[in-house]
Amino acid sequence: MQERDPRDLRELHRLMLVARRLDEEAIALQRQGVLPGYAPAQGQEAAQVGSAAALDPARDFAFPGYRDLGAAVALGVDLVAYLATHLGIWHGGLYDPQASRLAPFNAVVGGPVTHAVGWAMGAKLDGTGGAAITYFGDGASSQGDVHEAMNFAGVYRLPVIFFCQNNGWAISVPTGRQVAGGSVAARAAGYGIEGHRVDGNDVVAVFEATRAALDRARDGGGPTVIEAMTYRMGPHSTSDDPGRYRALADEQAWAARDPLTRAAAQLPADAVTAAEEHAAAVVREVREGLCALDAPPADELFSFVYREPTKALLEQQRAWKETLDV
Amino acid sequence: MSELSAPAELSLQQALNLALRHACEDDDRVLVFGQDVGTLGGVFRVTDGLQDKFGEHRVFDTPLAESAIMGMAVGLAMHGWRPVPEIQFDGFSYPAIDQIVNQVARMHYRSRGVLNMPITLRLPSFGGIRAPEHHGESLEALFAHVPGLKVVSPAGASEGYHLLRQAIADPDPVIFLEPKARYWHRESFDPTAEVTMPPAGTSRIARPGRHATLIAWGAMVARCLQVAELAAEDGVELEVLDLRWLKPIDADGLAASVARTRRAVVVHEAPLTAGLGAEVAALVTERCFADLRAPVQRVTGFDVPYPSGALEDEYLPTPDRILAAVQTTLEYRRG
Repeated sequence: MQERDPRDLRELHRLMLVARRLDEEAIALQRQGVLPGYAPAQGQEAAQVGSAAALDPARDFAFPGYRDLGAAVALGVDLVAYLATHLGIWHGGLYDPQASRLAPFNAVVGGPVTHAVGWAMGAKLDGTGGAAITYFGDGASSQGDVHEAMNFAGVYRLPVIFFCQNNGWAISVPTGRQVAGGSVAARAAGYGIEGHRVDGNDVVAVFEATRAALDRARDGGGPTVIEAMTYRMGPHSTSDDPGRYRALADEQAWAARDPLTRAAAQLPADAVTAAEEHAAAVVREVREGLCALDAPPADELFSFVYREPTKALLEQQRAWKETLDV
Repeated sequence: MSELSAPAELSLQQALNLALRHACEDDDRVLVFGQDVGTLGGVFRVTDGLQDKFGEHRVFDTPLAESAIMGMAVGLAMHGWRPVPEIQFDGFSYPAIDQIVNQVARMHYRSRGVLNMPITLRLPSFGGIRAPEHHGESLEALFAHVPGLKVVSPAGASEGYHLLRQAIADPDPVIFLEPKARYWHRESFDPTAEVTMPPAGTSRIARPGRHATLIAWGAMVARCLQVAELAAEDGVELEVLDLRWLKPIDADGLAASVARTRRAVVVHEAPLTAGLGAEVAALVTERCFADLRAPVQRVTGFDVPYPSGALEDEYLPTPDRILAAVQTTLEYRRG
């Protein structure tokens, strides 16, 4: 739980640093053969933390993709349970999406964007004042689902934030060859909704833009597209090689705009030191938790397919158990 | 109860309308939405009058985008609503397949049972109405193949009413395939009568017989009943089994019937190859191998795109083709 006002740069930096150090740890764990694979989020911490920290966990809900560790950190999600996805334990993670206010991890880019619209309609019908935020990238913005979702949200004036992390690259394809017209935020105008670009490496700017969009959503002002301009400092995934498609100079130029460095520069040294100690403790805890995670009982293969399982499925489960007993 | 007194004779379209009306009355979390379902009452008038009665927040039109309709259903279900979306025609459900397969069907699984998806997708389905291209498809095998989904198709008005109520009450996602060729056929039944529906995945014997079992669903049930009538003139007593649930399939009911009649013919509109008839034949063979006196016969559409109206009658299983298959199974001799 966050004890301080999340507007506090110190608190935002603390959360970002947890995400950064945990991300580094996840890459190391992949290199050590612990995690089968991982999608690094380095460089995008300000976008993720700044936006998720602005949410009210009592009534809002976030729909992540697969590279949103910072959002999970800011929402206080159980990080071992979150990273269990990458460990190959359970596709949607082991965290409780309702209690965490974070939908299950989702690898279909654009798919969950429509879910946020439905959830926002549910919130509007229930009059909770809650808003949905959906995370997607510049690549996903090409998906029909994203366009359909924005159009629906515009038609119904729903309390939803379309939070695009434009990190410059959809795997190997740069934004210039991905987004016609060059701007995802500009598309909002076509749907009659608010659209803003924000410096995605400035955590306070992201926080403020998200808070403003949330206020507007709660006041019945409808949806907002926020395009956070940022950079994926690492590879698309641990099996990707950015050297094949982008220049080192490009990476270096963005490294100079590292959101962590920028935030730390505005904080006293002791605050940064304390944040590092905190992050190191979290990383230790998460690493231990991950290494202690066992494969789920094989029986769970059959669990959760249905609320009311079919006879045929129960029969398959029974027959499978019999083969084990032989 | 509805303020309309229930007529003694109802068409499938009226019965489904009544089922939606009663579902909305009984559970204020039920939402009906889709293209043209509000003001117009649906292109087949299945949602006629519902928006007037329950308001625009319960029954509403959507923009023309099937993927978003289903994606929205996912989000609404996550917020505790019970969505009953309509996709206007079977052939237009393909844009929503990603949402149906990757999201709707798996959300309960991937969330380890935390998120429920009590979604009923209503889908006007199958052929027989001389529709334009993409307005007549048989998608049951495709949906039945997907873990996490349930699939159901009613044969007529009474079945339609009760099965739709059951589908909406079901805690899992149900694909409800409405045989559009039967929308305007009327039958006598009293929707106000208390009926205890057997559990999901239960078939019914639409007509008892002893010489062979015809297995069908949707509009083909009526066709098989017609064939049974014709066969009876020659003293052949055909049992007609209305499968009703296409996932889960009532393997016990199939086996009980075929064990009695020892012969089975499965009839569907969809193309032959990898159609649901293959699944039915496999289930019957697994359970009734010793009882069977002939291989399970399949009478189906062909492995061709659904044709124009002019050739529709050639494509759909005809009484003659069904009778020929019956004859094959009755005359079958080993060796």
